[in-house]
Amino acid sequence: MKNTAILALGVGAAMFATAAYAGTVDDIKKRGELICGVTTGLAGFAAPNDKGEWAGFDVDVCRAVAAGVLGDSMKVKFVPTTGKSRFPALQSGEVDMLARNTTWTFDRDVKLGFEFAGVNFYDGQGFMVRKDLGVKSAMELDGATVCVTTGSTTELNLGDFFRANNMKYVPVVFEKSDEIRAGYIAGRCDAYTTDRSGLAAQRSQMPNPDAHVVLPEVISKEPLGPLVRHGDNQWGDVVRWTLNVMIIAEEKGLTAANVGGMLGSTNDPEVKRLLGGEGEYGARLGLSNDWAMNIIKQVGNYGESYERNIGPNTPVKLARGVNGPWNKGGILYSPPFR
Amino acid sequence: MAVAEGAVRPAKASWFYDARVRAVVYQVVMAGSVVFFFAWLTNNTLANLEQRGISSGFEFLNHPAGFGITFSLIEVSEASPYKRVFLVGVLNTLFVSAIGVVLATLLGFTLGVMRLSKNFIISRLAAVYLETFRNVPLLLQMLFWYTGVMLAFPTVRDAIIISDNVYLSIRGLNYPSIVPEPGFMAIPIAFVVGIVATIIMRKLVKRRRDATGQDFPTVWVGIGLVVGLPVLAALVTGLPWSRDIPELRGFNFRGGSVVIPEFMALLLALSMYTAAFIGEIVRAGIQAVSHGQSEAAHALGVKPSTTLRLVIIPQAMRIIIPPLISQYLNLVKNSSLAPVIGYQEITHLWAGTVLNQSGQALECMAMIMATYCVISLSISGIMNWYNARVALVER
Repeated sequence: MKNTAILALGVGAAMFATAAYAGTVDDIKKRGELICGVTTGLAGFAAPNDKGEWAGFDVDVCRAVAAGVLGDSMKVKFVPTTGKSRFPALQSGEVDMLARNTTWTFDRDVKLGFEFAGVNFYDGQGFMVRKDLGVKSAMELDGATVCVTTGSTTELNLGDFFRANNMKYVPVVFEKSDEIRAGYIAGRCDAYTTDRSGLAAQRSQMPNPDAHVVLPEVISKEPLGPLVRHGDNQWGDVVRWTLNVMIIAEEKGLTAANVGGMLGSTNDPEVKRLLGGEGEYGARLGLSNDWAMNIIKQVGNYGESYERNIGPNTPVKLARGVNGPWNKGGILYSPPFR
Repeated sequence: MAVAEGAVRPAKASWFYDARVRAVVYQVVMAGSVVFFFAWLTNNTLANLEQRGISSGFEFLNHPAGFGITFSLIEVSEASPYKRVFLVGVLNTLFVSAIGVVLATLLGFTLGVMRLSKNFIISRLAAVYLETFRNVPLLLQMLFWYTGVMLAFPTVRDAIIISDNVYLSIRGLNYPSIVPEPGFMAIPIAFVVGIVATIIMRKLVKRRRDATGQDFPTVWVGIGLVVGLPVLAALVTGLPWSRDIPELRGFNFRGGSVVIPEFMALLLALSMYTAAFIGEIVRAGIQAVSHGQSEAAHALGVKPSTTLRLVIIPQAMRIIIPPLISQYLNLVKNSSLAPVIGYQEITHLWAGTVLNQSGQALECMAMIMATYCVISLSISGIMNWYNARVALVER
């Protein structure tokens, strides 16, 4: 399997891979590490930090899964994938899961043979332009040159938006976000379009972030979330409930700092179930009973991860907005843990 | 049958030790395992695809693509089907390759001859070029031309005005395009007539030269015909075209035509890189022609320029052509590095964008491999035909 995975393009892998690919959880336990596909580098979401370790909001999802399955959030091998290579990488089994700004769409869920484990960021596509262009709205972009990533939903939404509004545009298409950033900074294009979170992340990496403005229009719904291959439902459940654990933890006020003592002090039955104090919930997923405890202790709850990586106090500066808990004005809502 | 003799030494008759039987058995086993391998491969692939719920087939070619394309030689929009996008990609690959091959050949031959010059500065200059461009990886050269040169041009508002209505900026080279008006067709017709007339003239001149020894300035008269006739046609029909002039409106130049920077960077990188190799091939080819040949021509009183044209080059070509074919093939295949600088040729469009949007990895990769195969085989077919023509005719 390892050698075929190097063929990477899915073609080779689909040809040679043996049929046995159920039991991803067992594979990961045997291997001793989770192989997680992330972006090639997007500030705040997935990028190596100054110590050379991968860090970010999407990276935390991988770390949480590793904490749940292996009990150690550091046992993750990160595989950088481009918008183009991500799907073949997952289809071929080169990675166990993807956690990289991937929009949940019908085609990807149904036709490509993937299973989305949930949404970890509700996003929408927008446009960024230089302030000195004086553009106030995306409706003024007629005739503009627009930089965009290849093979993305963004590329299709861009076409739809300009067609629907009867405007013309020239796309300039790159594979990697840093190539686009370089092109945009140099002035190859007037506008840069991607998910608004991506725009914020890219702006934070620019020499003069204040010289650029994200236009108010949101032209699409982009629910971003982790995904796995079709067919191994146990593994899909593990990833789905890892994400849910982080969301529930925020709702219940469980943090990395206080979760250790919670089991003794809490009277909330849902928290007891979550942390392994009642029932055999972890075992039903094929994991240890303290799996959720490990996730929260090592990675933190959803809110902690958000504030640490992309929140208002980070260079990316994204307000919580709709990505807050349902009882605080957001739309994050996990099914009950019972 | 020699029954009695054979019965004495049965061991020798055993089929097991018969070399011919063994050969056949080996062949059958070999062929069988190859067939089995590919059958297993196909079956396993299909089974895996089905099991993973990945749909297969070429039906997607008729679905609308939905994304825009920066540069295309033919009409294409977001509503065009995938098969149209495929055509755009193939044409973009052929376009950059064709111009690249011509430029690389011209530059390469010039370099090869310069390298052999007796003038120290000229030959050193060529040597420095060859060693630089031959030894730096092509990918780096592409990035250099794109990010280092093309993206360093000024913005559209501060575009460099090259001449009347020709602007160079980070968005590319904008120039007025020619819009044909009624009567325009006379010009290409005159051009074709000029070419045909030149070919006929060349044959007549050769016949007369063989008969009487009289020479005729074929080249100059030929150029006169090929260039002069269309110019004459244009004047007679009263310049039947109008110009579409680029104008800065809003974000970009509107009107006219544009050569995009991605194309320029790719073309420069491909042709300058390949030219270095062609230069060395040409030098080797010329040096391989025996010195006695030029001395003999000299002794017969043939002019040095004619010696080069009629004695050295034809013999050198026999050596130059086969490696030249490889260089042309390399240039075409190297154009697939274009995605790093955003030029949308077949690899970028098909193995990148379409593969991702449609999810049909297997189909897309098969199509793209077949495409490169067809292009490469066509080039080597044409060049082999040419090689057969210039090859030494042995009697």
